Amino acid sequence: MSMQRKAVALISGGLDSMLAAKTVMEQGVHVEGINFFTGFCVEGHTHAIRERGKAKLKRNNSLWVAEQLGIKLHIVDVIEDYKNVLINPRHGYGAHMNPCLDCKIFMVKKARQWIAENGFDFIITGEVIGQRPMSQRKATMPIVARESGADDLLLRPLCARNLPATLPEREGWVDREKLHAITGRSRKPQMEMAEQFGFDDYAQPAGGCCFLTDASYSSKLVDLWKAREDNKDYDLDDVMLLKVGRHIRPQQNFKLIVAREEGEGRFLQGYKKDFISMNSVSHSGPLVLVDGSPSAEDLYLAASITARYGQGRDAEQVDINIMSKDGSERTIQVKPLLAENMPQAWFI
Amino acid sequence: MNKEVLNARRLLCPLPVIRTQDKVKQLQVGDQLEVICTDPGVMQDIPAWCRINGHKVLETISADNEYIVILEVG
Repeated sequence: MSMQRKAVALISGGLDSMLAAKTVMEQGVHVEGINFFTGFCVEGHTHAIRERGKAKLKRNNSLWVAEQLGIKLHIVDVIEDYKNVLINPRHGYGAHMNPCLDCKIFMVKKARQWIAENGFDFIITGEVIGQRPMSQRKATMPIVARESGADDLLLRPLCARNLPATLPEREGWVDREKLHAITGRSRKPQMEMAEQFGFDDYAQPAGGCCFLTDASYSSKLVDLWKAREDNKDYDLDDVMLLKVGRHIRPQQNFKLIVAREEGEGRFLQGYKKDFISMNSVSHSGPLVLVDGSPSAEDLYLAASITARYGQGRDAEQVDINIMSKDGSERTIQVKPLLAENMPQAWFI
Repeated sequence: MNKEVLNARRLLCPLPVIRTQDKVKQLQVGDQLEVICTDPGVMQDIPAWCRINGHKVLETISADNEYIVILEVG
Protein backbone atom coordinates (compact mmCIF):
# COMPACT_ATOMS: atom_id res chain seq x y z
CA MET A 1 0.00 0.00 0.00
CA SER A 2 1.40 3.40 -0.96
CA MET A 3 2.10 6.02 1.66
CA GLN A 4 -0.54 8.69 2.06
CA ARG A 5 0.95 11.99 0.98
CA LYS A 6 0.41 15.18 2.96
CA ALA A 7 -0.19 18.66 1.61
CA VAL A 8 -0.73 22.02 3.21
CA ALA A 9 -3.23 24.33 1.53
CA LEU A 10 -3.05 28.11 1.80
CA ILE A 11 -6.57 28.92 2.99
CA SER A 12 -7.58 32.52 2.48
CA GLY A 13 -11.22 31.96 3.29
CA GLY A 14 -12.31 32.46 -0.31
CA LEU A 15 -13.78 30.00 -2.76
CA ASP A 16 -10.67 29.28 -4.85
CA SER A 17 -8.47 27.99 -2.05
CA MET A 18 -11.40 25.97 -0.75
CA LEU A 19 -11.87 24.29 -4.13
CA ALA A 20 -8.15 23.75 -4.59
CA ALA A 21 -7.88 21.96 -1.24
CA LYS A 22 -10.98 19.90 -1.92
CA THR A 23 -9.72 18.86 -5.36
CA VAL A 24 -6.59 17.40 -3.81
CA MET A 25 -8.43 15.86 -0.86
CA GLU A 26 -10.61 13.99 -3.36
CA GLN A 27 -7.45 12.23 -4.54
CA GLY A 28 -6.78 10.75 -1.12
CA VAL A 29 -4.13 13.24 -0.05
CA HIS A 30 -4.12 14.30 3.62
CA VAL A 31 -4.63 18.07 3.55
CA GLU A 32 -4.31 20.61 6.34
CA GLY A 33 -4.85 24.34 5.97
CA ILE A 34 -2.59 27.25 6.77
CA ASN A 35 -3.56 30.88 7.05
CA PHE A 36 -1.14 33.74 7.58
CA PHE A 37 -2.10 36.75 9.67
CA THR A 38 -0.21 39.79 8.37
CA GLY A 39 -2.08 42.33 10.48
CA PHE A 40 -3.85 43.66 7.41
CA CYS A 41 -6.06 40.74 6.50
CA VAL A 42 -8.72 41.64 8.95
CA GLU A 43 -12.14 41.70 7.39
CA GLY A 44 -13.90 41.31 10.74
CA HIS A 45 -12.12 44.02 12.68
CA THR A 46 -14.15 47.07 11.82
CA HIS A 47 -17.18 44.95 12.38
CA ALA A 48 -15.91 43.82 15.77
CA ILE A 49 -15.05 47.33 16.92
CA ARG A 50 -18.09 49.24 15.76
CA GLU A 51 -21.16 49.14 17.96
CA ARG A 52 -23.67 48.65 15.20
CA GLY A 53 -21.88 45.57 13.92
CA LYS A 54 -22.34 43.60 17.08
CA ALA A 55 -25.83 42.34 16.37
CA LYS A 56 -24.52 40.06 13.66
CA LEU A 57 -21.06 38.60 14.14
CA LYS A 58 -18.89 38.21 11.10
CA ARG A 59 -17.37 34.78 10.78
CA ASN A 60 -13.70 34.17 10.15
CA ASN A 61 -13.86 32.76 6.66
CA SER A 62 -10.65 30.73 6.83
CA LEU A 63 -11.88 28.89 9.94
CA TRP A 64 -15.24 28.42 8.33
CA VAL A 65 -13.69 27.00 5.14
CA ALA A 66 -11.53 24.61 7.15
CA GLU A 67 -14.60 23.41 8.99
CA GLN A 68 -16.49 22.86 5.74
CA LEU A 69 -13.55 20.87 4.40
CA GLY A 70 -13.12 18.97 7.65
CA ILE A 71 -9.43 19.84 7.90
CA LYS A 72 -7.19 21.34 10.55
CA LEU A 73 -6.24 24.97 10.13
CA HIS A 74 -2.99 26.47 11.36
CA ILE A 75 -3.17 30.24 11.73
CA VAL A 76 0.28 31.77 11.77
CA ASP A 77 1.18 35.22 13.06
CA VAL A 78 3.56 36.76 10.50
CA ILE A 79 3.11 40.41 11.49
CA GLU A 80 6.80 41.06 12.12
CA ASP A 81 8.15 39.26 9.08
CA TYR A 82 5.53 40.86 6.85
CA LYS A 83 6.86 44.37 7.51
CA ASN A 84 9.70 43.90 5.08
CA VAL A 85 7.26 42.76 2.39
CA LEU A 86 5.14 45.86 2.79
CA ILE A 87 7.98 48.33 3.19
CA ASN A 88 10.30 46.96 0.50
CA PRO A 89 8.26 45.09 -2.09
CA ARG A 90 10.65 43.84 -4.75
CA HIS A 91 7.86 43.71 -7.32
CA GLY A 92 6.20 46.97 -6.29
CA TYR A 93 2.69 47.88 -5.23
CA GLY A 94 -0.64 47.38 -6.92
CA ALA A 95 -3.26 50.10 -7.26
CA HIS A 96 -2.78 51.12 -3.61
CA MET A 97 -0.30 49.92 -0.99
CA ASN A 98 -0.91 46.27 -1.82
CA PRO A 99 2.30 44.37 -2.60
CA CYS A 100 0.31 41.42 -3.95
CA LEU A 101 3.04 39.53 -5.80
CA ASP A 102 5.58 39.88 -3.00
CA CYS A 103 2.86 38.90 -0.55
CA LYS A 104 2.09 35.71 -2.44
CA ILE A 105 5.80 34.85 -2.68
CA PHE A 106 6.17 35.52 1.05
CA MET A 107 3.25 33.28 2.00
CA VAL A 108 4.34 30.41 -0.23
CA LYS A 109 7.85 30.75 1.19
CA LYS A 110 6.42 30.52 4.71
CA ALA A 111 4.42 27.48 3.68
CA ARG A 112 7.57 25.95 2.23
CA GLN A 113 9.29 26.35 5.60
CA TRP A 114 6.23 24.94 7.35
CA ILE A 115 6.08 21.74 5.29
CA ALA A 116 9.78 21.15 5.91
CA GLU A 117 9.28 21.52 9.65
CA ASN A 118 6.12 19.42 9.79
CA GLY A 119 6.89 16.57 7.43
CA PHE A 120 4.45 17.49 4.68
CA ASP A 121 5.10 16.79 1.00
CA PHE A 122 3.78 19.72 -1.00
CA ILE A 123 1.86 23.01 -1.05
CA ILE A 124 -1.53 23.83 -2.57
CA THR A 125 -2.78 27.29 -3.52
CA GLY A 126 -6.01 28.39 -5.13
CA GLU A 127 -4.26 30.51 -7.74
CA VAL A 128 -5.79 30.75 -11.20
CA ILE A 129 -3.97 32.15 -14.21
CA GLY A 130 -5.44 35.52 -15.12
CA GLN A 131 -7.53 35.78 -11.96
CA ARG A 132 -5.71 38.75 -10.47
CA PRO A 133 -4.00 41.53 -12.43
CA MET A 134 -0.84 41.62 -10.36
CA SER A 135 -0.19 38.31 -8.67
CA GLN A 136 -2.06 35.73 -10.69
CA ARG A 137 -0.82 36.00 -14.26
CA LYS A 138 0.86 33.39 -16.42
CA ALA A 139 4.12 35.31 -16.13
CA THR A 140 3.99 35.51 -12.33
CA MET A 141 3.24 31.84 -11.64
CA PRO A 142 6.87 30.71 -12.12
CA ILE A 143 8.10 33.78 -10.22
CA VAL A 144 6.09 32.79 -7.15
CA ALA A 145 7.31 29.20 -7.37
CA ARG A 146 10.94 30.21 -7.88
CA GLU A 147 11.31 33.13 -5.48
CA SER A 148 9.44 31.36 -2.68
CA GLY A 149 11.79 28.40 -2.95
CA ALA A 150 8.80 26.07 -3.30
CA ASP A 151 9.63 25.36 -6.95
CA ASP A 152 7.80 22.26 -8.13
CA LEU A 153 6.41 21.48 -4.70
CA LEU A 154 3.83 24.16 -5.41
CA LEU A 155 0.65 22.74 -6.92
CA ARG A 156 -2.16 24.95 -8.22
CA PRO A 157 -4.97 22.42 -8.68
CA LEU A 158 -7.39 24.89 -10.31
CA CYS A 159 -5.08 25.71 -13.23
CA ALA A 160 -2.47 22.93 -13.03
CA ARG A 161 -3.16 21.57 -16.49
CA ASN A 162 -2.17 24.91 -17.97
CA LEU A 163 1.19 24.77 -16.20
CA PRO A 164 4.18 22.41 -16.35
CA ALA A 165 3.72 19.28 -14.25
CA THR A 166 4.88 19.65 -10.65
CA LEU A 167 6.57 17.01 -8.53
CA PRO A 168 3.30 15.72 -6.98
CA GLU A 169 1.98 15.17 -10.52
CA ARG A 170 5.14 13.60 -11.90
CA GLU A 171 5.46 11.27 -8.92
CA GLY A 172 1.81 10.24 -9.15
CA TRP A 173 0.90 11.61 -5.72
CA VAL A 174 -1.97 13.29 -7.55
CA ASP A 175 -3.48 12.48 -10.92
CA ARG A 176 -2.89 15.46 -13.23
CA GLU A 177 -5.88 14.49 -15.35
CA LYS A 178 -8.15 15.09 -12.36
CA LEU A 179 -6.80 18.60 -11.84
CA HIS A 180 -8.24 21.62 -13.62
CA ALA A 181 -7.39 24.06 -16.40
CA ILE A 182 -9.24 27.20 -15.34
CA THR A 183 -8.05 30.58 -16.64
CA GLY A 184 -9.30 34.14 -16.48
CA ARG A 185 -11.49 36.23 -14.27
CA SER A 186 -14.77 34.44 -14.85
CA ARG A 187 -16.07 32.78 -11.70
CA LYS A 188 -18.36 30.40 -13.56
CA PRO A 189 -16.09 27.33 -13.50
CA GLN A 190 -15.47 27.76 -9.79
CA MET A 191 -19.17 28.18 -9.08
CA GLU A 192 -19.96 25.02 -11.03
CA MET A 193 -17.26 23.15 -9.15
CA ALA A 194 -18.61 24.45 -5.84
CA GLU A 195 -22.01 23.10 -6.77
CA GLN A 196 -20.53 19.71 -7.64
CA PHE A 197 -18.81 19.56 -4.27
CA GLY A 198 -22.00 20.64 -2.52
CA PHE A 199 -20.65 23.99 -1.30
CA ASP A 200 -23.61 26.34 -1.36
CA ASP A 201 -22.25 28.98 1.01
CA TYR A 202 -18.90 30.63 0.43
CA ALA A 203 -17.29 34.05 0.66
CA GLN A 204 -17.94 36.19 -2.37
CA PRO A 205 -14.79 37.22 -4.23
CA ALA A 206 -14.23 40.92 -3.72
CA GLY A 207 -10.51 41.48 -3.86
CA GLY A 208 -9.84 39.57 -0.69
CA CYS A 209 -9.88 40.81 2.87
CA CYS A 210 -6.64 42.81 2.73
CA PHE A 211 -6.94 46.40 3.90
CA LEU A 212 -3.94 47.32 1.76
CA THR A 213 -6.14 47.11 -1.34
CA ASP A 214 -8.35 49.82 0.15
CA ALA A 215 -7.69 53.37 -1.07
CA SER A 216 -8.72 55.08 2.16
CA TYR A 217 -6.67 52.76 4.34
CA SER A 218 -3.64 53.09 2.08
CA SER A 219 -3.86 56.90 2.26
CA LYS A 220 -3.80 56.74 6.04
CA LEU A 221 -0.80 54.43 5.99
CA VAL A 222 1.13 56.71 3.64
CA ASP A 223 0.20 59.70 5.80
CA LEU A 224 1.49 57.89 8.89
CA TRP A 225 4.82 57.18 7.23
CA LYS A 226 5.18 60.76 5.99
CA ALA A 227 4.39 62.14 9.43
CA ARG A 228 7.15 59.97 10.86
CA GLU A 229 9.60 61.43 8.38
CA ASP A 230 9.52 58.34 6.20
CA ASN A 231 10.30 55.96 9.05
CA LYS A 232 8.13 53.15 7.76
CA ASP A 233 8.36 50.88 10.75
CA TYR A 234 4.98 50.12 12.31
CA ASP A 235 3.41 47.93 14.93
CA LEU A 236 0.08 46.21 15.21
CA ASP A 237 -1.45 49.12 17.13
CA ASP A 238 -0.61 51.42 14.20
CA VAL A 239 -2.30 48.98 11.84
CA MET A 240 -5.38 48.75 14.04
CA LEU A 241 -5.76 52.46 14.67
CA LEU A 242 -5.73 53.24 10.96
CA LYS A 243 -8.99 51.30 10.75
CA VAL A 244 -10.73 53.13 13.52
CA GLY A 245 -12.31 56.58 13.62
CA ARG A 246 -12.05 59.73 11.57
CA HIS A 247 -8.42 60.74 10.97
CA ILE A 248 -7.78 64.49 10.78
CA ARG A 249 -4.34 66.00 10.33
CA PRO A 250 -4.38 69.79 10.71
CA GLN A 251 -0.59 69.91 10.73
CA GLN A 252 2.34 67.66 9.98
CA ASN A 253 3.24 67.25 13.67
CA PHE A 254 -0.09 65.89 14.91
CA LYS A 255 -3.33 64.26 13.93
CA LEU A 256 -6.61 63.48 15.65
CA ILE A 257 -8.39 60.15 15.69
CA VAL A 258 -12.05 60.87 16.38
CA ALA A 259 -14.31 58.02 17.44
CA ARG A 260 -17.34 57.85 15.17
CA GLU A 261 -19.59 55.89 17.49
CA GLU A 262 -19.69 54.19 20.88
CA GLY A 263 -17.91 50.99 19.88
CA GLU A 264 -15.00 52.94 18.42
CA GLY A 265 -14.91 55.11 21.53
CA ARG A 266 -14.65 52.04 23.72
CA PHE A 267 -11.89 50.66 21.52
CA LEU A 268 -9.93 53.92 21.63
CA GLN A 269 -10.25 54.01 25.45
CA GLY A 270 -7.70 51.20 25.47
CA TYR A 271 -5.11 53.56 23.97
CA LYS A 272 -5.43 56.43 26.44
CA LYS A 273 -2.11 55.60 28.05
CA ASP A 274 -0.36 55.80 24.69
CA PHE A 275 -1.79 59.10 23.43
CA ILE A 276 -3.00 62.46 24.63
CA SER A 277 -6.78 62.11 24.70
CA MET A 278 -9.65 64.59 24.73
CA ASN A 279 -13.36 64.64 25.27
CA SER A 280 -16.03 67.21 25.92
CA VAL A 281 -17.23 67.45 29.53
CA SER A 282 -19.84 70.16 29.09
CA HIS A 283 -21.63 68.33 26.25
CA SER A 284 -21.66 64.75 25.08
CA GLY A 285 -19.11 64.00 22.40
CA PRO A 286 -16.58 61.49 21.11
CA LEU A 287 -13.29 60.39 22.56
CA VAL A 288 -10.40 61.80 20.53
CA LEU A 289 -6.80 60.62 20.52
CA VAL A 290 -4.06 63.05 19.53
CA ASP A 291 -1.14 61.37 17.79
CA GLY A 292 2.16 63.20 17.38
CA SER A 293 3.89 66.05 19.18
CA PRO A 294 1.43 68.92 19.44
CA SER A 295 2.39 72.28 20.96
CA ALA A 296 0.09 74.04 23.48
CA GLU A 297 -1.37 76.02 20.60
CA ASP A 298 -1.90 72.82 18.62
CA LEU A 299 -3.73 71.30 21.57
CA TYR A 300 -6.11 74.25 21.60
CA LEU A 301 -6.83 73.66 17.92
CA ALA A 302 -7.29 69.93 18.60
CA ALA A 303 -9.70 70.74 21.42
CA SER A 304 -11.74 73.04 19.21
CA ILE A 305 -11.95 70.25 16.61
CA THR A 306 -12.98 67.81 19.35
CA ALA A 307 -15.73 70.24 20.35
CA ARG A 308 -16.87 70.44 16.75
CA TYR A 309 -17.68 66.70 16.74
CA GLY A 310 -19.80 66.76 19.91
CA GLN A 311 -23.27 67.95 20.79
CA GLY A 312 -21.81 71.34 21.63
CA ARG A 313 -20.80 72.06 18.05
CA ASP A 314 -23.13 75.08 17.90
CA ALA A 315 -22.36 76.33 21.41
CA GLU A 316 -20.36 79.46 22.11
CA GLN A 317 -18.06 77.56 24.44
CA VAL A 318 -17.32 73.92 25.18
CA ASP A 319 -15.30 72.49 28.06
CA ILE A 320 -12.76 69.96 26.83
CA ASN A 321 -10.91 67.63 29.16
CA ILE A 322 -7.35 66.89 28.07
CA MET A 323 -5.62 63.83 29.50
CA SER A 324 -1.88 63.39 29.12
CA LYS A 325 -0.24 60.01 28.69
CA ASP A 326 0.73 60.05 32.36
CA GLY A 327 -2.92 60.38 33.36
CA SER A 328 -2.81 64.04 34.43
CA GLU A 329 -5.87 66.00 33.37
CA ARG A 330 -6.92 69.58 32.78
CA THR A 331 -9.96 71.25 31.30
CA ILE A 332 -9.90 74.11 28.82
CA GLN A 333 -12.68 76.17 27.26
CA VAL A 334 -12.81 76.39 23.49
CA LYS A 335 -15.08 77.61 20.75
CA PRO A 336 -15.96 74.71 18.43
CA LEU A 337 -14.24 75.00 15.09
CA LEU A 338 -16.65 75.75 12.28
CA ALA A 339 -16.93 73.24 9.46
CA GLU A 340 -15.85 75.88 6.94
CA ASN A 341 -12.62 76.32 8.85
CA MET A 342 -11.67 72.69 8.39
CA PRO A 343 -10.06 72.31 4.96
CA GLN A 344 -10.74 69.06 3.13
CA ALA A 345 -7.00 68.44 3.03
CA TRP A 346 -7.06 67.84 6.78
CA PHE A 347 -9.17 64.71 6.33
CA ILE A 348 -6.95 61.72 5.62
CA MET B 1 -5.50 18.40 34.99
CA ASN B 2 -4.30 22.00 34.83
CA LYS B 3 -6.46 25.08 34.53
CA GLU B 4 -4.90 28.06 32.84
CA VAL B 5 -6.13 31.54 31.99
CA LEU B 6 -5.21 33.44 28.83
CA ASN B 7 -5.70 37.20 28.70
CA ALA B 8 -6.63 38.10 25.13
CA ARG B 9 -8.31 41.40 25.94
CA ARG B 10 -7.96 44.17 23.31
CA LEU B 11 -6.91 41.67 20.67
CA LEU B 12 -9.06 41.38 17.58
CA CYS B 13 -9.64 38.15 15.70
CA PRO B 14 -7.81 36.16 14.61
CA LEU B 15 -5.22 37.11 17.27
CA PRO B 16 -7.20 35.62 20.18
CA VAL B 17 -7.43 32.41 18.15
CA ILE B 18 -3.68 32.49 17.42
CA ARG B 19 -2.85 33.09 21.09
CA THR B 20 -5.23 30.26 22.07
CA GLN B 21 -3.62 27.97 19.50
CA ASP B 22 -0.14 28.80 20.80
CA LYS B 23 -1.16 28.31 24.43
CA VAL B 24 -2.91 25.00 23.76
CA LYS B 25 0.31 23.67 22.22
CA GLN B 26 1.89 23.98 25.68
CA LEU B 27 -0.93 22.13 27.45
CA GLN B 28 -1.77 18.45 27.87
CA VAL B 29 -4.90 16.57 26.84
CA GLY B 30 -7.57 17.19 29.45
CA ASP B 31 -6.18 20.55 30.58
CA GLN B 32 -8.59 23.47 30.65
CA LEU B 33 -7.98 26.94 29.27
CA GLU B 34 -10.06 30.02 30.00
CA VAL B 35 -9.62 32.68 27.30
CA ILE B 36 -10.76 36.18 28.23
CA CYS B 37 -11.40 38.50 25.28
CA THR B 38 -13.02 41.77 24.33
CA ASP B 39 -13.68 40.96 20.65
CA PRO B 40 -17.15 39.38 20.41
CA GLY B 41 -15.98 37.52 17.30
CA VAL B 42 -14.26 34.99 19.56
CA MET B 43 -17.63 33.55 20.50
CA GLN B 44 -17.77 32.22 16.98
CA ASP B 45 -14.10 31.83 16.07
CA ILE B 46 -12.67 29.99 19.09
CA PRO B 47 -15.44 27.35 19.09
CA ALA B 48 -14.90 26.90 15.32
CA TRP B 49 -11.15 26.52 15.89
CA CYS B 50 -11.85 24.00 18.67
CA ARG B 51 -14.17 21.94 16.47
CA ILE B 52 -11.66 21.60 13.65
CA ASN B 53 -8.77 20.86 15.96
CA GLY B 54 -10.46 18.36 18.27
CA HIS B 55 -10.86 20.44 21.43
CA LYS B 56 -14.03 20.83 23.47
CA VAL B 57 -15.71 24.08 24.42
CA LEU B 58 -16.99 23.71 27.97
CA GLU B 59 -18.56 27.11 28.40
CA THR B 60 -18.92 30.53 26.78
CA ILE B 61 -19.75 33.58 28.87
CA SER B 62 -20.40 37.17 27.83
CA ALA B 63 -20.68 39.93 30.39
CA ASP B 64 -19.62 43.56 30.73
CA ASN B 65 -18.15 43.72 27.23
CA GLU B 66 -15.95 40.72 27.91
CA TYR B 67 -16.25 37.37 26.20
CA ILE B 68 -14.90 34.24 27.85
CA VAL B 69 -14.42 30.84 26.29
CA ILE B 70 -13.49 27.89 28.49
CA LEU B 71 -12.14 24.92 26.58
CA GLU B 72 -10.74 21.51 27.29
CA VAL B 73 -7.73 20.39 25.31
CA GLY B 74 -8.47 17.33 23.18
